[in-house]
Amino acid sequence: MSIDHTIDPPDHAEVTQGVPAPVSEHEHGLTDMGYVKVAVILAVMTGLEVTLSYAGLPGNVFMPALLILMAAKFWTVVSYFMHLKFDNPIFTKLFYSGLFLALFVFTVVLLTFRFFDRS
Amino acid sequence: MADIATPTTPASEPDTTAAVALGTEPDIHGMEPTPGAHDDHGDAHGGGEHGHATSTGLSNNKLAMWMFLGSECLLFGGLISTYMLYRGRHEGSPSPSQLYNIPLTSVSSFVLLMSSLTMVLAVSAAQRHDDRNTTTWLTVTALLGATFVGAQVFEFTEFYHEGLGFTTNLFGSSFFTLTGFHGVHVTVGIIMLMALVGMINRGKIPGNKAEVVEMIGLYWHFVDIVWIIIFTLVYLIPS
Repeated sequence: MSIDHTIDPPDHAEVTQGVPAPVSEHEHGLTDMGYVKVAVILAVMTGLEVTLSYAGLPGNVFMPALLILMAAKFWTVVSYFMHLKFDNPIFTKLFYSGLFLALFVFTVVLLTFRFFDRS
Repeated sequence: MADIATPTTPASEPDTTAAVALGTEPDIHGMEPTPGAHDDHGDAHGGGEHGHATSTGLSNNKLAMWMFLGSECLLFGGLISTYMLYRGRHEGSPSPSQLYNIPLTSVSSFVLLMSSLTMVLAVSAAQRHDDRNTTTWLTVTALLGATFVGAQVFEFTEFYHEGLGFTTNLFGSSFFTLTGFHGVHVTVGIIMLMALVGMINRGKIPGNKAEVVEMIGLYWHFVDIVWIIIFTLVYLIPS
């Protein structure tokens, strides 16, 4: 299934008196059908996650598979539904700095409490 | 009598050079706004219909929202890691694998995921200035969110009847704190959605309407991505 990256046409002139207008931040993203396709992909990934949890796979296959699916769903929502893929990179930097700071801090916390030794 | 230095720039031509160098003023020579370019959509530079151009050329509201969401990662990171540490401490109550109702949680996860779709369709309609579809999709999003919260209330009630309360053990405390915080976020989102529908219907949205819908959309999608993590780490991966 391919995602339609067609940009919604702007409903006002982009160029006035020969000077290109700054691109408005909301004039990008997918078409409505493109968003529906993304939602179908997300639903399939969720179904796959639930199926895997009942499949009785060994932990060294099951855990990475679930974590990869979780990361893929996260990235898909952030990139397409939250428009980070199409927006100014500064928004991506702001959000991912918070996310990676949280990941770093709480990985250190879990290591301090020897969480991974117990798991 | 000391000489008084006279300004080199005439009073009618304010000197913007210093402000540009400091990054507090847009370079009017390099970024001349196009007449009429943002009459309908609000200011592409982020100030809204009555706002100001910003030094970054981006919406300050949007920057603030992304910064807020980045900080929310730290809040939920703390709650999730606390749950991970204490999920094995379920003395005096059934274990998580005995309590969790995966089919119910899967359906509520699907409902929340679909609410993200309806939210993005509302944003898309708002960008087309289609108020009728915007309010319809926002209402559907709020209803899907309410369904999710209803399922969570049902789940909490079931757990309580099974013997797991907030103070029963560390597992119960960390589980109810994490999922309860998320539920409160969804509830706040529903209130914002319904308030937005009311304001659109009364024509009381100040500034750029599409941007307001997009801001609430960003919050709603964030609530969804937090649930994507909770669903996998809390429900699907056994302790």
